Amino acid sequence: MPLINYVDASGNQFEAEVEVGSNVMQGAVDNMIDGILAECGGACACATCHCYVDEAWQDKVPAVESAEQDLLEAVVDPKDNSRLSCQLVVTEEMDGMVVHLPASQY
Amino acid sequence: MQGNCIIIGASHAAAQLAPSLRQEGWQGRIIIIGDEPHAPYHRPPLSKTFLSGEKTLQQLLIRPLAAYDKIDAEFMLGQRVDSIDRENKSITLDNGETLSYEKLALCTGSRPRQIPLPGVELSGVHYLRTVADIESIRAHLDKSQKPAKAVIIGGGYIGLETAAALNKLGVEVTVLEMMERILQRVTAPVISEFYQNIHTEAGVNILTSMGVDAIQGEAKVESVLCSNGETFAADVVIIGAGIIPNIELAEAAGLTIDNGIAVDAYAQTSDPDIVAAGDCSSYPHKLIGSRVRLESVPNATEQAKTAAASICGKQIDNHTHPWFWSDQYDIKLQIAGFNMGYDQVLVRGDNNSRAFSVWYFKGEQLLAADCINQAKEFMQAKQLLAKGINPSPGHVCDTDFDLKSLLA
Repeated sequence: MPLINYVDASGNQFEAEVEVGSNVMQGAVDNMIDGILAECGGACACATCHCYVDEAWQDKVPAVESAEQDLLEAVVDPKDNSRLSCQLVVTEEMDGMVVHLPASQY
Repeated sequence: MQGNCIIIGASHAAAQLAPSLRQEGWQGRIIIIGDEPHAPYHRPPLSKTFLSGEKTLQQLLIRPLAAYDKIDAEFMLGQRVDSIDRENKSITLDNGETLSYEKLALCTGSRPRQIPLPGVELSGVHYLRTVADIESIRAHLDKSQKPAKAVIIGGGYIGLETAAALNKLGVEVTVLEMMERILQRVTAPVISEFYQNIHTEAGVNILTSMGVDAIQGEAKVESVLCSNGETFAADVVIIGAGIIPNIELAEAAGLTIDNGIAVDAYAQTSDPDIVAAGDCSSYPHKLIGSRVRLESVPNATEQAKTAAASICGKQIDNHTHPWFWSDQYDIKLQIAGFNMGYDQVLVRGDNNSRAFSVWYFKGEQLLAADCINQAKEFMQAKQLLAKGINPSPGHVCDTDFDLKSLLA
């Protein structure tokens, strides 16, 4: 199972095995990793699962679609590598991927 | 922080309460009791992607069972709590078993409002709240001659989402709304009109000011009789008439009730060893400024965190403005805030298009915004509300004005 590394805003690291076909948000929720709220449960409706995909892993994640783009433009502290983790469906290629969590989802 | 913490209701609130209890330092047992056979699952998709068949039950689970194992939370599923004995700090299950508690959390949720119509007991008549309800609706549709016919009683969000999902499945859908317009209780006329048009275009027959007198049929439902004498053929009837909080256990135990189980800002009931969270509870909301009972997932989750802290002797009351969402066809509605008591409605954008927003004010104070395919404006409304910034009517109605500039 691919291992995803979550790094929170204070630099604390959490590793979680996440099934292929699941997503980076669910991996955090399943492993009680704080920093991802995921209030809508993955419906791409709330932008409370915002994360930053580590630069080295940019080419391993799917492209941003329009609904996600709209939400991303209004998150707190958006960056070029901002993503909604519910939209990052896990693949074998993501084994070892590092995602950074923002200080706040609001 | 020792002893049993019993959570009644395997709900959205429970799925948050259990891990939050561990984070706050609860060391004793955590036991979640639920009357459905399932671990806590996402309810919003029931009337959307679960009904349409796009999501499976496994995908609905909020967390997998392994996640609860990890925090050592136990389930007692398919069991109901019959009573609470506050004096002896114990509960009794429907099988007679008694469990003692140190702390008790009521996450009993709500249930569909029953309407006393002749014929509601007929096979093929459904309410919509649980996985079992959806499985039963789908089984009835499968058995029906194609195209199957569904009549939905109630043009609220549940009724309309159900109409959209069934329409997608090729079912002929009629929605009967008693009031003058759909969504009358929860939105401004401009939103009602928008959804009326969207559904009509999709081929759903929506009839307003249409009271229902009876559901008719021999062994199973055959038609719905309206007050004006019209009848509508139906293979299934789905009633969506709102929900009522499950307060009976709390009430019988003598806890204070006020449009739900009354709790304070810290999710504490009138008994210091009992908290309540989610749809079943009402509380004084700091930002809304009155006692409210919110029917929403984000609220259940937030209140559960507060309740877990209370159980562990900490007071947190991070009240946030509520928010809600509804998916129908390709239309994503996101609602920031709570529009109760509004006296002015402003439209931002073109309400004849499929992307605009509606802003609710009380005097100059922004209360809420209904955003149709306008995720960006939803996020902006949420942030304006959080910061207590009231945009002027001129700014709201001017789509060239970037609302984000008010947030800087």
